[in-house]
Amino acid sequence: MDSLNLARWQFGITTVYHFFFVPITIGLGFLVAGLQTAWYRTGKEHYLRLTKFYGKLFLINFAMGVVTGIVQEFQFGMNWSDYSRFVGDIFGAPLAIEGLLAFFLESTFLGLWIFGWDRLPKKVHLATIWTAASGTLLSAYFILAANSFMQNPVGYEYNPATGRAELTDFWAMLTNKVVLVTFPHTIAAAFLTAGGLMLGVAMWNLRRNPSKDGEGFRAAAQLGAWVVVAAAVVVALTGDQQAKVMTEVQPMKMAAAEAQYDTKDSASFSIFSVGTPDGKEETFAIRVPGLLSFLATGSFDGTVEGINDLQTAYEAKYGPGDYTPNVAVTYWTFRFMIGIGMLAAVVALFALWRLRKHRQMRGRLVWWMAVTVPLMGLFANSLGWIFTEMGRQPWIVFGLMPTSAGVSPNVSAGEVLTTMIGFTLVYGLLAVVEVKLLLKTIRGGLPELPAEPTDSDGDGTGDGDGTGSDDRPLAFAY
Amino acid sequence: MELTTLWFILIAVLWMGYFVLEGFDFGVGVLLPVVARDDRERRVVINTIGPLWDGNEVWLLVAGGATFAAFPEWYATLFSGFYLALFLILVSLIIRNVAFEYRGKRDSDNWRAWWDRAIIVGSFLPALLWGVAFGNIVRGVKIDADKEFVGSFFDLLNPYALLGGLVTLSLFVTHGAVFLSLKTLGDVRERARAMALKVGLVAAALAVGFLVWTFAERDGAEHRGWFVVLAGLAAAGLVGGLAAAWKGHEGWAFVGTATALALAVAALFTVLFPEVMPSTLSPDYSLTTTSASSTHNTLTVMTWVAVIFTPLVLLYQGWSFYVFRKRIGVQHIPA
Repeated sequence: MDSLNLARWQFGITTVYHFFFVPITIGLGFLVAGLQTAWYRTGKEHYLRLTKFYGKLFLINFAMGVVTGIVQEFQFGMNWSDYSRFVGDIFGAPLAIEGLLAFFLESTFLGLWIFGWDRLPKKVHLATIWTAASGTLLSAYFILAANSFMQNPVGYEYNPATGRAELTDFWAMLTNKVVLVTFPHTIAAAFLTAGGLMLGVAMWNLRRNPSKDGEGFRAAAQLGAWVVVAAAVVVALTGDQQAKVMTEVQPMKMAAAEAQYDTKDSASFSIFSVGTPDGKEETFAIRVPGLLSFLATGSFDGTVEGINDLQTAYEAKYGPGDYTPNVAVTYWTFRFMIGIGMLAAVVALFALWRLRKHRQMRGRLVWWMAVTVPLMGLFANSLGWIFTEMGRQPWIVFGLMPTSAGVSPNVSAGEVLTTMIGFTLVYGLLAVVEVKLLLKTIRGGLPELPAEPTDSDGDGTGDGDGTGSDDRPLAFAY
Repeated sequence: MELTTLWFILIAVLWMGYFVLEGFDFGVGVLLPVVARDDRERRVVINTIGPLWDGNEVWLLVAGGATFAAFPEWYATLFSGFYLALFLILVSLIIRNVAFEYRGKRDSDNWRAWWDRAIIVGSFLPALLWGVAFGNIVRGVKIDADKEFVGSFFDLLNPYALLGGLVTLSLFVTHGAVFLSLKTLGDVRERARAMALKVGLVAAALAVGFLVWTFAERDGAEHRGWFVVLAGLAAAGLVGGLAAAWKGHEGWAFVGTATALALAVAALFTVLFPEVMPSTLSPDYSLTTTSASSTHNTLTVMTWVAVIFTPLVLLYQGWSFYVFRKRIGVQHIPA
């Protein structure tokens, strides 16, 4: 394999892996903040125990998100230096701003939250988790704005003198129509994922021992399930908007998503299909008439351009070449993303029905649901991103720079292979450790609360005179 | 002032912040097996930086992001050129950061021992490699007419850059030892103070040697006069810090080592300016603040963002340092 393909694989591996942790961080941060708020408002003990329990899962996950995120920021320069030179004038700014506005906020305030239980007044401590969670939204916006430039470059001008794309309108870049629909879709998907995790963990514990921590886990299951259902609705609505924007700015991606080779009016959407080995002819399919036209244009008899016509048009515009993404990958990732995401909503509805009737969480089916529902959001996210990025190929910046032109010319295939093996081994090892820790924490159930510490000066902050004369143990220590 | 110059200064400031802040983190990590004798003491050591290390590391991410945004050519040449060195730094940071978070999550000596190794190695390697990287940036590397690094990994391991690595390693360890003596109680505090003095003297000797060599390497640089002033002040800061540590004024000692690190970085950037990555093949190929920079438009946007948000960041990060200002001893470590 040459360095281009290796660099692409490395980006795929490290980014998909990184994005297992990101949506959980975004969604679960807010859910934990919500639980802590419930405790702050009601004083009910089980909310505090839930805060600590899900907070621990959140932190195990967050650590992995942070360390895999550093690789992402370095990777553009390491493996994609010509891309970085070409778009740096535009693409670098959102990355830098993400660091300054979001990463500082997240890391500092999470540090305060983790270690601040006995150092800060209750209200201030509660504010720290909300602040950290808000930081994740800022982070998501700026990085999605950067990605949206790659899907639909706006607010730039190509400068032939410097041979690069240069910023003309920062605001236009930040309000790219792609980011405006991608941001709510991604955030809703993050909530679906985190809600699924909260629900799955609670269901599993309720099924294992309904009498232990039953009140707490019922509340968590209910919260998680409602979040999944609500998020699924938003995911579907925003996904629909995204499809229309995509049809407008990247019609080839939409055509590839349906493997539609010929331009059609009233195009149907296949739920499932079997084709000839080369994928160009269909032997069997279950189709919904007019649905693709509706997804793409908002009308059941709208025209959807086919791959062949687009290929011809792009050749006329950009010169000879293959402008068709990998159709099998785009076709199947698109379907499985939708299917798996919606399956999570079905599980959540089932759980709500069970909880409403005050029935026991029993049986093999419940076990399977509990174990798989956290994974559904995760996999739907990965499939969505693989679809988005693979569907943009052969471009790294759509219509502007082919992926093959972006790779670092001075980094050898051997070097890329070395780092790829290195990252994959480290990531693989850490995945095993992380999953084991998560399972151990989940099996442990809700933590017992320590006895209330005495607060002699009554300000809710412990001693706080900074002299070290206070010998009470810390509320939390590594 | 030109915006390119302003951004060169801002990136220097980000690296100063990074070296001062994560510098003591790295030092604390390297010193873990030296100043702590049992698990409770090791936890004291780790918890001094527990709430702070993640915020400290963001200085690196912002320095990287700011370089990408303000000087894309510098970012591209540097990151693709120092490829394997950066890979080693990344792997180190990964295992070290995960170690902090995961170490205490299972009650097993074996488990903790492995994560301790990750902390030590993961702190040692970046502490060394950042110095090697900066040595090479200042000295210059093989950059061709296309702004591409055409040297090899082993070219980076030249004596001057390796000395730079030893300087950052020993300075970070000194700085970390001073930090520990400031933030702990009991035996750990005493051992840390002793280490600060021992390693500090070595660091001072290495740093002075490195700065003199730098002066010779950058023959013909525009601002060698200012370099001498800043380097001298950095050395004075270190000596003053060590003297304070010797007298038991731990707060002043920390001010001294922090000043030394910040001014040493400032001195290196000063002697580099207006180049950002000199080429050893031809001075015409050197990347400069103007040849590597973004457009005026981008720099203007970035300047506004930096002007508005940097003070805010300093304010709340400072507040978090204030919240966790208390010393920790073994009596504070929960079971």
